[in-house]
Amino acid sequence: MLASDHSPALPPPLHCTVPGLVARGTDAPSLLGTVGCARSTPELGDEGLSPSRACLTPVLPALGLKTFSWALGRWGLAWSRKGDRVGSGILSCGGLQVSAGHRGPPRLKEREPRACIRFKCALTNTILDVLRQRPGWVEVKDEGEWDFYWCDVSWLRENFDHTYMDEHVRICHFRNHYELTRKNYIVKNLKRFRKQLEREAGKLEATKCDFFPKTFEMPSEYHLFVEEFRKYPGITWIMKPVGRSQGRGIFLFRKLKDIIDWRKDGVRADDQKDETQVENYVAQRYIENPYLIGGRKFDLRVYVLVMSYIPLKVWLYRDGFARFSNTRFTLNSIDDHYVHLTNVAVQKTAPDYDPEKGCKWMIQRVRRYLTAKHGAEAVEVLFADMDNIFIKSLQSVQKTIISDKHCFELYGYDILIDQNLKPWLLEVNASPSLTASSQEDYELKCRLLKDTLHIVDMEVRLTGKEKRVGGFDLMWNDGPVSRVEGNADTPVNASFLTNTHLGYNNDRKKQLKQLFKSLQTQQKV
Amino acid sequence: MFVFHSSLTWHISDFWLIHIAILCSYDLQRPISEQKELLNKWNEMGTDEPDLSLFRPVYAPKDFLEVLMNLRNPNYENGDQPSSRNHLGLIQVPLKVKDIPELKEYFGELGLNTGQLGIDDSAQVPPELFENEHLRIGQKVLTEQDSAAAQQYVRQGCPTALRAELWALILNISNQPEDILYYEQLKSNVIQHDLLVDSLIYKDVKLTASNDDYYFVFEDYLYQVLFCFSRDTSVLEHFTYSSATPPKSYIRGKLGMEEYAVFYPPSGVIPFHGFSMYVAPLCFLYHEPSKLYQIFREMYVRFFFRLHSISSHPSGIVSLCLLFETLLQTHLPQLFYHLREIGAQPLRISFKWMVRAFSGYLATDQLLLLWDRILGYNSLEILAVLAAAVFAFRAVNLMEVTSLAAAEAVLADLSTLKVMPLLQIFLFATVT
Repeated sequence: MLASDHSPALPPPLHCTVPGLVARGTDAPSLLGTVGCARSTPELGDEGLSPSRACLTPVLPALGLKTFSWALGRWGLAWSRKGDRVGSGILSCGGLQVSAGHRGPPRLKEREPRACIRFKCALTNTILDVLRQRPGWVEVKDEGEWDFYWCDVSWLRENFDHTYMDEHVRICHFRNHYELTRKNYIVKNLKRFRKQLEREAGKLEATKCDFFPKTFEMPSEYHLFVEEFRKYPGITWIMKPVGRSQGRGIFLFRKLKDIIDWRKDGVRADDQKDETQVENYVAQRYIENPYLIGGRKFDLRVYVLVMSYIPLKVWLYRDGFARFSNTRFTLNSIDDHYVHLTNVAVQKTAPDYDPEKGCKWMIQRVRRYLTAKHGAEAVEVLFADMDNIFIKSLQSVQKTIISDKHCFELYGYDILIDQNLKPWLLEVNASPSLTASSQEDYELKCRLLKDTLHIVDMEVRLTGKEKRVGGFDLMWNDGPVSRVEGNADTPVNASFLTNTHLGYNNDRKKQLKQLFKSLQTQQKV
Repeated sequence: MFVFHSSLTWHISDFWLIHIAILCSYDLQRPISEQKELLNKWNEMGTDEPDLSLFRPVYAPKDFLEVLMNLRNPNYENGDQPSSRNHLGLIQVPLKVKDIPELKEYFGELGLNTGQLGIDDSAQVPPELFENEHLRIGQKVLTEQDSAAAQQYVRQGCPTALRAELWALILNISNQPEDILYYEQLKSNVIQHDLLVDSLIYKDVKLTASNDDYYFVFEDYLYQVLFCFSRDTSVLEHFTYSSATPPKSYIRGKLGMEEYAVFYPPSGVIPFHGFSMYVAPLCFLYHEPSKLYQIFREMYVRFFFRLHSISSHPSGIVSLCLLFETLLQTHLPQLFYHLREIGAQPLRISFKWMVRAFSGYLATDQLLLLWDRILGYNSLEILAVLAAAVFAFRAVNLMEVTSLAAAEAVLADLSTLKVMPLLQIFLFATVT
């Protein structure tokens, strides 16, 4: 069917999608990739549709083109536009989004509620369960179009740059998140940010960035490292591979001869990457006085959700957990990985690991324990310092990370507390483990992911001014967010409590009920 | 009198179990090398697991319940009237227990019009209403170091930050140098001498606290406390006001000769299955071993010993069981009768909660709020009231079960319960 000069009457727009249609005609915009089509069935969610064509609101083109036409497939019809006569058309879900002309159905606004949301998920653990159970969300097969993709980072690396995404589409990673998560990049970014802060706000403000243990990239900063090494003889250092996770490849050392392989011998070219024999590592000052509970070392896993970098909008989850090392902490046995590394993945292989035991405490319990021992004020200071870590680390990469409005990211922050109740940032994970190690853990991750999806808000229910959604508290909204009454845009005065409740009671069900109820009444009005 | 007699019988059976072992291994001094090793590993005894396969706990709470069920007063004749109240429950001993009006008066500070931690410190209540003021008073009590005031104060609950000090104040624990020295003395006793009881302790900790999601972290502290406790002869003093007697042993070859009798273990207390759970919650509050030890010892000789020895004391386990059964029978007769009919006597389920003072069953913060009140009222009766309140709370589900196993399942998980609202509703808000 080719273009004709008149517009065939079309029923109200419907959702649908057809991949790989061809655009033909003069002045056809090169943007046209996939093209949508219209169907005459007024019912949404028609049984005849295959799962991949759930629903999508077609939108009318208003391209301001002189003429175009294209041929559509089985479902479609073609139209042309001459002058300012608008043919009733449809839009693709993966293609253009155009506003209607003076005739035809109105344009679907970017964030208008959709009857059903098509999702794709690269993982097979808790997130898949949560997505499948979400009402109105439908899983798509491999080649289908999607509105939401919980992807893994390798897919992102290969496909993000040449995947066109509609305005409403969401994906769970930022393109260059590694600026925050790779150990050598975050060091660079923090150092740079610290210098900037010192210039702008003075030395005192800059010390707020001193939450990252001194780190050197190997082999490029080998000589700088040796200088530092010689300044503090006898302390322990930890070597971590830059790109690996789950505790692989990490070891401790005290003597230079243990790391002789990373010595920069000047012959090696700087741009040689991972193909050389020596992998990129970082050498970091090992925190020798960690806070111990029951004689055991632990670190904290905290969840931070970033919805955008510019402006910076950050949410902090109330739940989290402490991961305990299975054996008692001592500096005598630095070869014993099981003592020093608290990753569950490493602990699982320890000989006395008892999976029934589990080595995790919920963060509420840790908070209570610390309050009983040190008092409420000291613990408030500790948690405020942790808030500072989250904000400063994100600010340091704010300008480097490409802030695409399609992207959001749920980070897992690993924090270590030392005996002076000072928190240190160990690392940031862009893909925190979503596999559950116990029933309690499963429930925590379900809550976390459900609330994440509430905030991503594919169903378009929120106003955008909320300060709390379920277990998430809005921590930063282009500026600090106060705990006091008022919505997210209320201006803040100097002395205030930040709107974070890490380790507090997570009465999310009640809050969500109230929230959605009030949103419903607002909408009716 | 009869109570004394039966408690003696109970302990005699205990005694015979380890009698043979005692004769063989009572005075086992450790070789020097082993002493050194133990000293090095003092803070991480949890990593050293001796072969415990041949050991099993001396007795568990359910064995104890069997004994209690068979207590009878030979002087008391109640005829064959089935209308007798005691006929329906498991405890057949007519001891005097409080009823609800008496309990209401006794636990007056738990009433609806008084602020409580555990209720009035929840997120919805603005702290100005109660919490802030309560905290301020607590700090004042601590500065004044007023033990009696502290005891009165904790009846409304202890703020988390002040609890450790307030409990120490009530229990008169000041951790003086001589106390620390005493603890070190006990520690060196442990290093020098091996006792059979140690293996029982190891077994108990591994079976209970180590497998608990919350308390596994404190495993090492538990060994340190319990090994020292079993060698502490000062614990023997509590037998002067307990109707129990410590088991005795005789030096080899001198059986029956009183001048050669010694108490075994030196503290006179043989740990039963679950004993380590008395210590575990305290590890949240005290991390300094000698202080932790003293707090535990004091809690034991004031309260916990009553939970596993037979006596007629109102806080003794027999009275608590009877109180529980009476409360349930009087105020939830339909439930009581139903459970009895399906072979699920309520006491069979609640006994283990009371014997352990709910440790390991409630969430830790709730448990500590409960133990605040034990200290505040200097009585364990609140355990029986809470047990009855739990049954009342889950009565609807319990009415639908048809077997003991199903009833156990309904009551298996108490970790989500909020203790203070339950107690308040049961005592003050139910129509009696």
